[in-house]
Amino acid sequence: MSASVSGKAARPTPGAPREYHFPRFERRRLENGIELIVAPVTKLPLVTVAILSDAGSVCDPAGREGIAQLAAKLMLEGGTEKCDGTELTERFERLGASIESQADWDAAAITMTALSEHLADSFDLLSEVLRTPAFRSREVERLKAERMAELLQLRTEPRGLADELFSRFLYNASSRYARPEGGDEQSVVGIDRDQILAFYENRYLPGGTTIIVAGDISADRAEELSRRAFGSWAGGKPTRILADDHPASHQRGVHIIAKGDAPQSELRIGHVGIPRNHPDFFPVNVMNAVLGGLFNSRINLNLREVHGYTYGAFSGIQWRRQAGPFVVSTAVKSDITDAAAREILSEINRIRAEAVAPEELSLATSYLDGVFPIRFETTSAIAAALAVLVVHGLPDDYYDQYRTRVRGMTIEGILEAAHRHLHTDSLQMVVVGDPGVVRPLLDQLGFGPITLYDSSGAPLGSVNEPTTVRHAG
Amino acid sequence: MRIPIDTFSLPNGLFVTLSEDHTAPIVAVNLWYHVGSANERPGRTGFAHLFEHMLFQGSADVEANEHFELVQRAGGTLNGSTWLERTNYFETVPSNQLELALWLEANRMGKLLPAMTQQKLDTQRDVVMNERRWSMDNQPYGTWMEKLPALCFPVEHPFNHSLMGSMDDLTAASLDDVAQFFATYYTPDNAVLSIAGDFDPGEAHRLIEKHFGDIPRGAGKPPLPDMSLPPVFGQWKREVVPDDVMLPRLFLAFRSPAFGTEKYYAASVCGAVLGLRNGSRLRRRLVRERQIAADASAFTYDLAKGSDLLVVDATARPGVSAERLEQEVAHEIDTIVRDGIEAAEVERAVAVIQTSFVSALQEAGERADRLSLFATYFRAPELVNEEVNRYQAVTVEHVNDFIRERLGENNRASLLYVAREETPVELANASAAVATP
Repeated sequence: MSASVSGKAARPTPGAPREYHFPRFERRRLENGIELIVAPVTKLPLVTVAILSDAGSVCDPAGREGIAQLAAKLMLEGGTEKCDGTELTERFERLGASIESQADWDAAAITMTALSEHLADSFDLLSEVLRTPAFRSREVERLKAERMAELLQLRTEPRGLADELFSRFLYNASSRYARPEGGDEQSVVGIDRDQILAFYENRYLPGGTTIIVAGDISADRAEELSRRAFGSWAGGKPTRILADDHPASHQRGVHIIAKGDAPQSELRIGHVGIPRNHPDFFPVNVMNAVLGGLFNSRINLNLREVHGYTYGAFSGIQWRRQAGPFVVSTAVKSDITDAAAREILSEINRIRAEAVAPEELSLATSYLDGVFPIRFETTSAIAAALAVLVVHGLPDDYYDQYRTRVRGMTIEGILEAAHRHLHTDSLQMVVVGDPGVVRPLLDQLGFGPITLYDSSGAPLGSVNEPTTVRHAG
Repeated sequence: MRIPIDTFSLPNGLFVTLSEDHTAPIVAVNLWYHVGSANERPGRTGFAHLFEHMLFQGSADVEANEHFELVQRAGGTLNGSTWLERTNYFETVPSNQLELALWLEANRMGKLLPAMTQQKLDTQRDVVMNERRWSMDNQPYGTWMEKLPALCFPVEHPFNHSLMGSMDDLTAASLDDVAQFFATYYTPDNAVLSIAGDFDPGEAHRLIEKHFGDIPRGAGKPPLPDMSLPPVFGQWKREVVPDDVMLPRLFLAFRSPAFGTEKYYAASVCGAVLGLRNGSRLRRRLVRERQIAADASAFTYDLAKGSDLLVVDATARPGVSAERLEQEVAHEIDTIVRDGIEAAEVERAVAVIQTSFVSALQEAGERADRLSLFATYFRAPELVNEEVNRYQAVTVEHVNDFIRERLGENNRASLLYVAREETPVELANASAAVATP
């Protein structure tokens, strides 16, 4: 090794970036109200088709939480009038098509990627799926049982458990956001085929459907296939449903979920954030990149690289139509749970109180600006980006403006966004960990009143004795 | 479909593969070092992976954590990973930042040691211990990653020990170990560099010579012991693991032909027939029809030396006992050993594999990684263009031959997770009786 340590060598300087624009796309509309968005991309002989329906989990009727996700999965697994779920799967997979059907909070989507030579056959199959689902009872019962198995597994899965219970403690008890997207033991057990069929009939309607096609295909050909498959589908437009996004509490709270002998604590700290189409989306997004969104963010550098407390620590906002959670997530060795929480709190306080350094801002903006083309290498990523436009009603030039908007962020704008949208007084902390170790540490920390729960989220013991709050902030 | 491939070597032994694609202003740089956990010496398990962390801690001209900072500031994505037979480092950047990525990789290949400190090692050791807790110790079934290879490979075999390493060994790792490992394995003649995407080949060639050309060749690495193994285990090896889990889960492994061999493709298709996607046999039979399992899948480790593993992974439905889960999975395997599988199942599997493969190649990073893979293991990156043909050449007869040869009772290893308080006595005894090291 003949390394010269005296003075660092000069870094290579980049040439001019080559121009890039988000794939051009075209919108068309069928007479029955179906919207078609086509992005022709001819790199490889592949096409992704995503069919969006206004049938996300926020549409679950009260007491039947989980119905949207069950309905979405059953579109494929429950078979169609012509063939059962097994045959249906085989018909797609013998074409080599990868297909999945799922619902998130805001929409349901059937997404398929196939070689372009098989597209016409796959398109006809998709029409059968969307227009004539059979929801066979046997498959309804099976998927309910699989959801119950998932919920059972969650009891010993600290990451999933922490996420799930964080939402429960964050939102108003009657908010849809307070209960899991896929429903819980109480709600799923009562769901039956008739309810799912009714949900389908109310929510899967041409007027609420968007077909997104990205890949090796022309807009005319995509329209021709769409008309053949969906042109005669009659029906109206579902009413838009929005979730209640009010917080459960405006005071801080600490929620310990007991997992005896856990070698690590899964830690979540946050509060209700802002909706996706909030005017402050850009400054909040860039602020979050500095705080905990990037590998070199303050929170990750502090907890991982300075202290070695964790394998990783990140913050983020879950972007939904209504305000999703803002949350800092990490897993730390049990005996430093308090120290890790203190560092997280101090980073949230700091970004609210002081301007970020110019090089912190420029790291975040030049990353978000530069990485933009890398986000859209695949047909499925392009289709997903177009789905964001549809779900959140963003303008067609959103992606063309994106990089300019990011470059326009200022230090003052970031400080203002942090000050306006981070709320240290109402932070909720969830810890899945060993209560014997964690409880005394968090008592000492004085973050807020502490409640102890079992792995189902049921409070342990009687009324919690009031804890002296010595504000760590 | 075929991707263009160009290769050359530098005098210091660095093997380079290039694949141009100008559809977007993106370029991927991907470096494979032919060293993994298999190269670790006794008492230093987990070292290859700990070392991977150290490679992000700066080099002579790069400050600690600056590697991440420079790539992200350039608008790039990056990471590294450690496997049994190799360690890789990769970044995808805007194409005008190609030189930055090459310079960073060359700086740490040529000048890592001046930047190494005890404090950096101590911090990364803590990070890795937390990674171990996060991915294995505090995760239901998480220990399968080290228990399955331990069950399937003889104790002295290089694939036997834990990739993540034991806490004791991680604690014992010293700066001297870092220096020695670096000098032995992180040399240009033990590395493959691949570039895929939007670049000019002449310019790339010039930049590679400029940044990597002066790095000296290594002194050679100690040879791995003979890694060949008999084609079958010779018995049904069993281990029962009581864990903090709610549902039993079975990993059923079969010794299978090494990655890249002709017979590997039959094994890989067999894995897809059994457990790739919803139309696979185990999903259809155990999840959908008989409702024994909440989930079922199958995969291969893709080990290129000695012998590979084909693994079936099935989780019980609530109410299905661990014994029943194992019996029912075994029954499905016994059925195909007796009756074989159908041609239509092979067609489905190959069609699904082909679409996934083409889909993956949309990303520059994936192209570069696959080029590095075939270049590292076989010095033949052009094999990436043979993948689809090799899968399409697999017939139902090939798969059924593989099934008869390798899926019998004399070639099974089962790792069965059971709820801690519900370990059935006979299973615990069975496990003790065939106690594996």
